[in-house]
Amino acid sequence: MTVLTITALTLREASRRKVLRALAVLTLVLLGLSAWGFSRLTAVDPELGELTSGEGRLVASLLLNLVMFGLSLIAALGTAFLAGPTLAGEVDSGMSLAMLARPVRRSTVLLGKWLGLVVFGSGFVAVAGSAQILVVRWTVGYSPPSPVAGLALLAAETVVLLTLGLLLSSVVSTMASGIVAVGLFCATWIAGVVGGIGETLGNEGVAAVGTVSRILLPTDGLWHGAMNAFQDPSALSSFGVDAAAFPFLGEAPLTAVYLGWAALWVAMVWGLTALSFVRRDV
Amino acid sequence: MTTPAAVAAAAELVSGLPASPAVWCSGLRKRYGRRTAVDGVSFTVGRGEVLGLLGPNGAGKTSVIKMLLGLVRPDAGEVMLLGRPAGDPAARARVGYLPELFRYQPWLTADEVLLLHARLARVRASTAERLEGLARVGLAERAGDRVGGFSKGMQQRLGLAVALVGDPRLVVLDEPTSALDPLGRADVRDLVLDLKGRGVAVLLNSHLIGEVERVCDRVVVLDRGRLAASGTLAELLGAREVRLRLTGVDAHATARLHAAGLTGRDGDWFTVALPADEDAGTGTGTGAGVGSGAAGRSADDGGAVPDLVRDLVARGVRVHAVEPRRISLEDRLLGILRDAEHSDGGGR
Repeated sequence: MTVLTITALTLREASRRKVLRALAVLTLVLLGLSAWGFSRLTAVDPELGELTSGEGRLVASLLLNLVMFGLSLIAALGTAFLAGPTLAGEVDSGMSLAMLARPVRRSTVLLGKWLGLVVFGSGFVAVAGSAQILVVRWTVGYSPPSPVAGLALLAAETVVLLTLGLLLSSVVSTMASGIVAVGLFCATWIAGVVGGIGETLGNEGVAAVGTVSRILLPTDGLWHGAMNAFQDPSALSSFGVDAAAFPFLGEAPLTAVYLGWAALWVAMVWGLTALSFVRRDV
Repeated sequence: MTTPAAVAAAAELVSGLPASPAVWCSGLRKRYGRRTAVDGVSFTVGRGEVLGLLGPNGAGKTSVIKMLLGLVRPDAGEVMLLGRPAGDPAARARVGYLPELFRYQPWLTADEVLLLHARLARVRASTAERLEGLARVGLAERAGDRVGGFSKGMQQRLGLAVALVGDPRLVVLDEPTSALDPLGRADVRDLVLDLKGRGVAVLLNSHLIGEVERVCDRVVVLDRGRLAASGTLAELLGAREVRLRLTGVDAHATARLHAAGLTGRDGDWFTVALPADEDAGTGTGTGAGVGSGAAGRSADDGGAVPDLVRDLVARGVRVHAVEPRRISLEDRLLGILRDAEHSDGGGR
């Protein structure tokens, strides 16, 4: 009951603060630009619209992944900057004093806030991602092979990042937690690209950079899984061995072990946040 | 092994006992880094009692309150709220709290804030009840307005309404009038008296001594994290003093003055603390200020001053003036704090 009350409060906060409006505007801009871009593509190369060539599917896959990356970045920014204020901000401002003096467990409050953010982040990914998939279908007639799995992985990526944002916000200040979370998200993405280049060059040391970063922070690993679900299966074969080096192609679907690790990672980080929050003097 | 029969027997055994205090705390201790904020504080707040928490800035009053409410973890000590250990969140089910740093969700309306707290307290609060709660603090017309647009005073009034959600049996008010105008302060006083009338225990932390003096049954004085004094107002204020202008005071006369409770001398003026009123009860004080050395002795309201004057005259002292006066809580508080400072200074 308390969990749902706090979840509803977090969602209401997100909807009444300017975050939602900012996200909506950014998303509309991105969707509009991608619709225009895809329609120009078919205008320049009519063959692409008919999907007669593997090259056409490759281009559509790449562009879809590129736009989805933009969406995931918006989701990451939005949730990371929501997660900080919702915990650290409330403690700093004194807003949590009256609430935590109620007959509630702090872990319950944390769970409620986390669930609220999960619903918000996943809802955003579902709505904006579906809209983008429809835009691509209408403009170039391309449908990704596993849209639901892809969106679920994008949502999971958001969940990972917001969980990290919550942990950071329980130990550092509000603004710092958002900046560090987004910084780590970007750093992992770059480490993934570097690792891909290492794989292409056959340099195991450089390739390990991507692997290790995907284990330390599963956002990039989940992102690669999502790309794999959005792209045409033939895209990889047309790129050949160099696919790993390209940041907007996912070379293989995710293994159950990796998905399990991502779930465990979220549980562990959540547990650490709960430990820190429960012991914190407010 | 606990069996249902044993539990029932235990329940029967305790059912006849008087209700546990609203607040019971013992040996509370808290350090922030190298600074000791609270050092071995113990006190109780009886059911339906209004207890004033007094002390200078940084005395540890807010830290004590936060430890009572589970907001700050004590390094040592125990707390019971309404008969339950404070570690159990259920102990706070019938507790209302207005923090010193009051801030409520700016994106919610005043009515929504009350609804939120009713849900967190797991009590039903109908729209009419919530409106009544807001009307009680003068915010009925702003029920639908977002808290973000409220002035500080209005937010503090809202905080009072929040503290009263769910018919609490204990209300903790930490500086409840810091942002209020004189009218608002009078409202808070009436509100506390109303709670007292309904048998609700109130723990009131306030800098406004007059406010405390008017509404509190008992007072606890904290100084640098320690309990400097505690007692009923009668105990703390019952002690009176008399100022005498004397000449020809020799060693014998001085000894007699000391025996009577001499607390100070300024030229020919001598100040003597008199015994507490007879209904004073049993106040305690670590500072010499409580009762100024006279508390606890048998009261002799009618005879102390005439006896002293008679003895002084018998010793050849010329008595020019005798001015009895009652000590205000403010004087008493200052005396307690200054005495504690002197005794600490001497000990170092």
